[in-house]
Amino acid sequence: MSYMKEFTKGLIKENPNMVMLLGMCPTLAITTMAVNGVTMGLSTTFVLVCSNLVISLLKKVIPDTVRLPAYIVIIAGFVTFVSLVLQAVAPDIYSALGMYLALITVNCIILGRAEMFASKNKAIPSMLDGLGMGLGFTLTLVLVGSIREIFGAGSWFGIKIMPEFLEPMTLLILPAGGFFVLGTVIAVVNRLMKKKPREITCENCPNAESCKDCSAKNGGDR
Amino acid sequence: MEIAKNLMVILLTGILTENFVLSKFLGICPFLGVSKKLNSSIGMGAAVTFVMVCASAVTYPIYFGILAPLGIEYMNTIAFILIIAVFVQLVEMVLKKYMPPLYKSLGVYLPLITTNCAVLGVTQLNLTKEYNFLESVVNAFGAGVGFMIAMIIFAGVRSRLERCNIPNALQGAPITLMAASVVSLAFIGFGGVVEGIFGA
Repeated sequence: MSYMKEFTKGLIKENPNMVMLLGMCPTLAITTMAVNGVTMGLSTTFVLVCSNLVISLLKKVIPDTVRLPAYIVIIAGFVTFVSLVLQAVAPDIYSALGMYLALITVNCIILGRAEMFASKNKAIPSMLDGLGMGLGFTLTLVLVGSIREIFGAGSWFGIKIMPEFLEPMTLLILPAGGFFVLGTVIAVVNRLMKKKPREITCENCPNAESCKDCSAKNGGDR
Repeated sequence: MEIAKNLMVILLTGILTENFVLSKFLGICPFLGVSKKLNSSIGMGAAVTFVMVCASAVTYPIYFGILAPLGIEYMNTIAFILIIAVFVQLVEMVLKKYMPPLYKSLGVYLPLITTNCAVLGVTQLNLTKEYNFLESVVNAFGAGVGFMIAMIIFAGVRSRLERCNIPNALQGAPITLMAASVVSLAFIGFGGVVEGIFGA
């Protein structure tokens, strides 16, 4: 079995946010500092691995019609667990991430993997898939977070690294900078991988099934 | 008078200075995915506003009536997401049966909304800011209207982008994100406006 492939595909080739363009909200919101990226990424990875495991074990038990609510409840359970642990172990980071921690529940990467992979595959490949996707997500968060922190605040993981005379570009820490840096990163990735330009659309969205009318109404081009 | 002023501040803050999409990054997927056409932007915006207001109104009594007395506040994520999922389903059925014209214009966006982080986000925000019932509902309304305004503005920006000659690597998502960055930059200009009007 190509277990290795299930794991590595999420890192670069099918990187959930740089290539598949999923999970944009946390990628933009919490990446003002690299350390936030690490915590958020690892929390999401944990939830993703656990939810993929549980969902793939329960795939025969959960009726098809109520699968989305069932998946969401499983995911929300693990999210609650992670946020309780973080609150106890690292209260500073817990308050820095704030409500975005609870919002891991509705991160479309997790629901997307549950729908596209875990509900169709065995337990071990599902876990590896979750691990790879989660680490790929973490990689992007740390990359975007590092760029924003180094150029926007002149430091990296809280340590000052830029010389004093270079005025930090505070703009990059602001929301506008988040959009800009992520856009640039995706452009570079597109260029390096020679990928066809992709729009952020509904096609990867785990809800795409249920709103086909929506895509038809929007011109049917997505 | 004091209450009305307070509510106005919450409303305008939600729409302008702390715009959900452009400064809190909630609901980015629909913002970028559905904002290609003006009509769908308005439809999606209206549907999100509606669900947000109702979700805030429903989750408030559940949190303070059930979760808090039992001491299980930490269950709020699970409880809220379930309530929102059930509620969206309910709204869809009710609209389909009793208000077909409204269902026709909003219905198609409803399934998208269950997993829209803006809806869960607004209920969480109400908790962290310790708003009371009225403030929560007004906050949700402001957030929804802010979302709609951002979508409408952005639909205009994108219709211009379509006619531009964009370098290969930037086509698609990158240029969309960069355009969003500029729109977000414009909204930074609203900083301090609300305090200025109300002298808060």
